[in-house]
Amino acid sequence: MANPNFIDRDPLYVVAPSYINKKTKRIGHLLVWGAFILMFTIGLIQALYTFEKISFGFNNWRPLLYSYIFWAFAIGYSKVLIHGEKGKRALFIFPAVMFIISIVIFPMIFGLYISFTDWNLSSFDGRKFNGLDNFYQMMSDPYYWNSLKNMVYYILAVIVEFAIAFGLALLLNSQIRLRKFFRVSFLIPLMLSPIAVSWMIGKSMLEFRFGPAATLARNLGWENPAFFASPEIARITIMTMDAWTYIPFMMIMLLAGLQSLPKEVLEAAKVDGASKWPLFWKIIFPIMLPVSLTTIVIRIIFKLKLADIVISVTAGGPGGATDTVTSFIYREYRDRSNVGYGTMLSFIYLIIIIIFMTILIRFVSKFLQREA
Amino acid sequence: MKSNFYEKIIIYGLLLFWTFICLFPIYWTATTSFKTAVNVTQGHLIPWIDFTPSWKGWRNLGLSPGTIFTDSMPRREFFSRFLNTFIISASASALAVLLGSCAAYGLSRFNYKFGPMRNPDISFFFLSQLILPPVVLALPVLILYKELSLVDTKIGMILLYTLTVLPIVIWIMRDQFNAIPIELEEAALVDGSSVWGAFIKIVLPIVVPGLVSAFILCLILCWNEYFLAALITSTHAITLPVMVASQISSQSIAWWNMAAISGAMCVPLIIIAIVLEKYIVKGMAAGAIKG
Repeated sequence: MANPNFIDRDPLYVVAPSYINKKTKRIGHLLVWGAFILMFTIGLIQALYTFEKISFGFNNWRPLLYSYIFWAFAIGYSKVLIHGEKGKRALFIFPAVMFIISIVIFPMIFGLYISFTDWNLSSFDGRKFNGLDNFYQMMSDPYYWNSLKNMVYYILAVIVEFAIAFGLALLLNSQIRLRKFFRVSFLIPLMLSPIAVSWMIGKSMLEFRFGPAATLARNLGWENPAFFASPEIARITIMTMDAWTYIPFMMIMLLAGLQSLPKEVLEAAKVDGASKWPLFWKIIFPIMLPVSLTTIVIRIIFKLKLADIVISVTAGGPGGATDTVTSFIYREYRDRSNVGYGTMLSFIYLIIIIIFMTILIRFVSKFLQREA
Repeated sequence: MKSNFYEKIIIYGLLLFWTFICLFPIYWTATTSFKTAVNVTQGHLIPWIDFTPSWKGWRNLGLSPGTIFTDSMPRREFFSRFLNTFIISASASALAVLLGSCAAYGLSRFNYKFGPMRNPDISFFFLSQLILPPVVLALPVLILYKELSLVDTKIGMILLYTLTVLPIVIWIMRDQFNAIPIELEEAALVDGSSVWGAFIKIVLPIVVPGLVSAFILCLILCWNEYFLAALITSTHAITLPVMVASQISSQSIAWWNMAAISGAMCVPLIIIAIVLEKYIVKGMAAGAIKG
């Protein structure tokens, strides 16, 4: 590392002329500012029109969107004009960054504002700033806390899913015929929409009177197979349906991990006469640990978004026992059109998720470092 | 030798058991769509032995042999939803693959400085979008869309779906690009091609399988997405999951109809799973190995 600039050098190094024509540079700046002024003017006109200060304007805010897109393109193009070769490189990530900023950051800032308002879309009063009222309301909302508590149960279920997925991956990795057939059939549940699953399994197979699963349960001696009547059983049923769709996902990731195990290690262990069970716990499982933890973390991320099945099968019932945070906010919006309160709930949820995921990822990477 | 034999039996037994668990709901849905009321209530399972298949469910959807050539309202509705779903999910996936692969390539080849943010921070910025639950964005976006009159439009849905799958594309494609030796592009640059020329002519053709994997994974996720679609769409841009969900909640709908609709909704993806299984597995495996 004699050269201090070494770090700044790109992996793909391009020798480019550093001189850029002054005139092109000026055109670049002009383009950006021109587009910005155009956007600003349109925005101003529309704002004045909306607040009835002037009598002419557009039907909606769409023109502002178009001018915003134009402005974004202008920035991109001017980067090439101003910075030359360096600008061309920036153009690789610029569209994606711009896209995320437009669709995530703007709505988030806007959402932060509406979370402090009392805004009911169905009432004519419009929005009212009400400070921390939504927050206080949330603190004393038993259903919200209940849905958070349910999320803990749902996330704990990931461990069971992981165990099943690992077992299936081991099965698929052993010496079997028809491997492709089994792999495809194991994969198929992942293809089905949670909505289709909620009818196919939740509404028909688990149907109390004549669903095949209920019939089977009756034959096995469960007198009254009501899958959605008691809170605990309903929650377990939802977990099972969600697991059914997502186990293939974990299974494929774990299978990929198993297939990339170093063959020599396994051979050496077999030569040494290690039998199956210790071979698994002492060798395969430790080597698989990084892949396993990645799989679990990704699965938890998906689990935190769980809603579709709950919304369409139980609508959170009985008594909120199966509610997830997402499905609760969904009903809060659908039934009461309460945008301000719903947004506050979702932001608190986001903060909890960020804290939880940060701790989890920190913990996982610490753990992996100690193992290594 | 003997223990090996028993082991084989256990392995195949477990494999067949799980195959049954995976496929029975699909079998059940497929057969139910050919049942009539009596067969449903008596829990008949095997066609031609237990019950005589009837086209009733499919006739109501306008897809039975008798009705396929006549005009049918439900079929027209179904296909318009089907087309919506296809257009939205295919365009969103294509857009995500386009934006995502460019970004992933940039991150794997150049060092960026964006204020205090370096490459790892920018990567994290992209991937952290995966953690963001859709419910956080849903309500603010809904209100902004109302102002922009993007509610219930395909464009609005495409933009949102692109956002939800973009991190996945970047994640898959970053590994793909990292696996390609830089010397390839250096040779092209020496020959006088520009950075973008080298990217399009040399690098992209190599990663086509990776692009296909990413595209299919995105397509699956978008096709099945329900939550955002339920909030943003109301009449024109309704997707299949929303249509099926609204049928589920109306109690009066007959079983054979529901089975036909939810079956027909899943058929394209089941075909994709069978034909393109290799790519799906590859896409998901890409994330696992790297960690």
